Parts: sequence; structure tokens; C-alpha cells
Amino acid sequence: MSPSGAEVIRQIRSQVPEVDPAEVSEHLGNGVTVIDVRESEEWDRGHIPGATHVPRGYLESRIEAAAPDRDQRVVLYCASGQRSALAAHTLTDLLGYTDVASMTGGITLWKDRGYKVDVPVVLSKEQKDRYGRHLLLPEIGAEGQTKLLESKVLLLGAGGLGSPTALYLAAAGVGTLGIVDDDTVDLSNLQRQVIHTTDRVGVPKVDSAEQAIHALNPDVDVVKYQTRLDASNIMEIIEGYDVIVDGVDNFPTRYLLNDASVRLDIPVVSASILGFDGQLSVFKPHDGPCYRCLYPVPPPAELAPSCGANGVLGVLPGTMGLLQATEVVKLVTGAGEPLVGRLLLYEALGATFTELKVRRDPECPICSIDPSEIADEEMGVFPDYEAFCAAAG
Amino acid sequence: MALIRIPPVLRASTGGEKEVRADGADVGAILHALAAEHPDTDAQLFGPDGSLNRYVNVYLNDEDVRVLGGLETSVGEDDVLVILPAMAGG
Repeated sequence: MSPSGAEVIRQIRSQVPEVDPAEVSEHLGNGVTVIDVRESEEWDRGHIPGATHVPRGYLESRIEAAAPDRDQRVVLYCASGQRSALAAHTLTDLLGYTDVASMTGGITLWKDRGYKVDVPVVLSKEQKDRYGRHLLLPEIGAEGQTKLLESKVLLLGAGGLGSPTALYLAAAGVGTLGIVDDDTVDLSNLQRQVIHTTDRVGVPKVDSAEQAIHALNPDVDVVKYQTRLDASNIMEIIEGYDVIVDGVDNFPTRYLLNDASVRLDIPVVSASILGFDGQLSVFKPHDGPCYRCLYPVPPPAELAPSCGANGVLGVLPGTMGLLQATEVVKLVTGAGEPLVGRLLLYEALGATFTELKVRRDPECPICSIDPSEIADEEMGVFPDYEAFCAAAG
Repeated sequence: MALIRIPPVLRASTGGEKEVRADGADVGAILHALAAEHPDTDAQLFGPDGSLNRYVNVYLNDEDVRVLGGLETSVGEDDVLVILPAMAGG
């Protein structure tokens, strides 16, 4: 008479070596391949960090991709230790793996012991529809889209540059968009600040931008800062963001932002516009130059007119803002080559792009200093930038 | 003669020209030739001691002359000088 299923399982479990979660935890990342053999829904609810997912039903067809060397140490786990024991038996007896163990108690015991569990962002059916064109791109895919959904991007200004950037980053599914702007929507803004509308003239820009973003994509969490960025609040506001988008309209704030972002090691996607000309670069602290390496001192007032005084083509911040949004998506997902150490100039009348090299200044007063050498009490302490820029002018 | 690209904020000083040509063997000579032709640019490019103002970036082709030889950087006939101001418009 054939043995019962329960009897077979008992026999197999008695033959398969088991390891305690404590041992697995200790050896995580030390050349041990940890395989989760549960179903996809179980994996999505949380798994051991660094584990590879090979559902038991696909074990024979997928194990070689996860563990190509049959002599390497492989630890399997499931919910309680039963399916992983059966899978370990398969690897050893049928596929010739020589060093396979099943984790005692599965992920249930792992969690009971208080070990860390990774819970991945799982795209809902609606998100799979919404971001379908991203999912088709190998450079983005589900992994890149997940990074976007988990990312926090801070927009300085919901004006000319910030408007198109905010709309496209919202559409791309950036999970958290912080917006700093103390202004209200004015009729004269609407020639270029496309996130705002005629019926929202007089409304704070952060509120108007939030409305547009939520109408476009309810996935996005909008954090509003209806204030002007200054030395007293910059550290508190920018800390915790993954990328900062600089679209501010004045030099003091650009220098202040540079110093704070270098100290906190946050990359800044920077653009500026005037008339028919735009400039764009990515300042990634210590990987490339900072804003001060490019512009050690601000120009005098007569060489730095504002858009309000000089005028600006309405489409231009759209062009430059979308280049900024593109660089943000690249930084978050790791796709492509970010515009680090390069300055892109766009001249709309001639329809020309020019790329210039930007070098790190070994004498730079900000980014030549190791941030770890900056004492806590120095963080967030800045000279009076308004006076600094005024003096230079 | 090297080609000099004039930024928008200096075009009022060059009669609206976006590009001008000037003679000279090095960056300094060419920029002084530009200043001689268009005197209003002189104070914007050079400080009282004759050195390039720190807020003026000058590129020989795609490289900042500060990392080359500064005003003494040699310039060829077919080279392009880009004068680049910082802009803060947003």
C-alpha cells in the first residue's frame, strides 16, 4: 500500500537539513542564496530582504537562474517549513544540488523572531494600466516604476519651471511631491505656468498645483510649503527628499540651496531661464561639481535681470522644465547618464543646444569639504545670502 | 578669427549681435579685441585690474578657460568662445 501524503512529507522533512532563522539572518549577504518558494501573493505580502523568489511550481525551470552553481549554499523557505522542505528535496534528489537546507518555521518564525521583512510596493491593476507605457520600457519597468512611486521629490517653486515639472513628475507617478512657493496665482503667470488656471487666479500656488496634481494622478502625495525658502527653514524642508528640482527665481536662494543640498548630499536638478535662453545641469554632491563650482559668485544686478523685468518666452520654461523632469526620472530610476558635470544651453530663437563641461573646483568652499567633517552645529548655518549677492552686485 | 557667442545680457552692448568675430592669439587678446570694438562690454568682462570678472564664465569650445590657461589660453582660428553668465530666472 502506498504511503499517505502526510507520511511522505514526514519522511522528506526528516531527511532535509534545516537551519534556524538566526543562522540565516547571520549569513544574509554572505554568499548564501536564499530562495522564497511561496506563491506570488505571499511574496508580495513580505519576504526576507535579499531573497530571490522562485515559486515551488516553477522550481525546476527557474532555479538555475537564481542559483547557477549546484555546489553553492542554498537556503529555501516558505510559510512554515513544509513546502521549502519538499523543494529542498527536489533540488537535492532530482537536480543535483549538494548544499541545500530548509529554514525552520518559515517566514512565520522569522517574523516572530523580529527579523526584518521587505514589503515591496505592488502595482495595482489600475497602476499597471496607468504606468503601462513605463512598464514596457526595459530601462524603467516595474522596478523603476516602483522606485518612482516610492520617491520623494521637492520642487522649489510652482512657477514657470515648476509647473511643467510638477505635472510630468505627477504623471510619472512620483510618490511624494513637495512644493515650496509662497506666491499666489496671478493672471500674468498663466502665459507659462501651465499647472495653474484662470479660475484659480488669487489662489496660493501650492494649493492650485495640488489641485492639478491630484486631478491628474491621485497616487501622488503632495506636501505643501507655502513659504519662502530661507536659511531658517531650508534644512528642515529639504531633508529627506531624494531629489530637489531648482526652479527658483533669484540668486540668494540658488546659493543657499546649493550649500544645504551639498551638506545633506541631495542631488539638485537645476535650470534657469531668461528671454529665449535656458540652462540646465544636475548638481550631484561629490559625484560632480556643485553650483558654486560653476558660478563661484553671482553676477551684478545689471547682468542678471529677472524674467519679470526682461521677459521670457512662455514655452521656454516648458522646454527646460521637462528636461528637468527627465533628469529627475533618470536619477530616481538609475536609467541613462544624468547631466552631471555638464551644462546644457538651449537657445530657442536659433533652436540650438550647446553642451559645456563643468569641472569640480578643488578650492570650492562648499563641496571640497567632506560633509562628515562638518559639525552638527554648523549644519543649516549660513551667511547672509541676500547681503552676499547684493555685495557682489 | 575666433567666433564669440554673446549671451543675451551682453547683446545690448554688441548692437544686438549674438555672435561676433575677433582677432587674437589667446583668450585675453580676443576678449580685449571684443571690448575695443564694443566698449560697453569692457566693464562687464574685466575688473579694474584687467582680470576677468569672477562672475563671467568663458568657455573655449566646451571647456572652461579657468581649467585651461585662463586668459593666456591659446585660441585657434576655428575655435568658439562662449561667454556665459549665470541666470536665475525660474
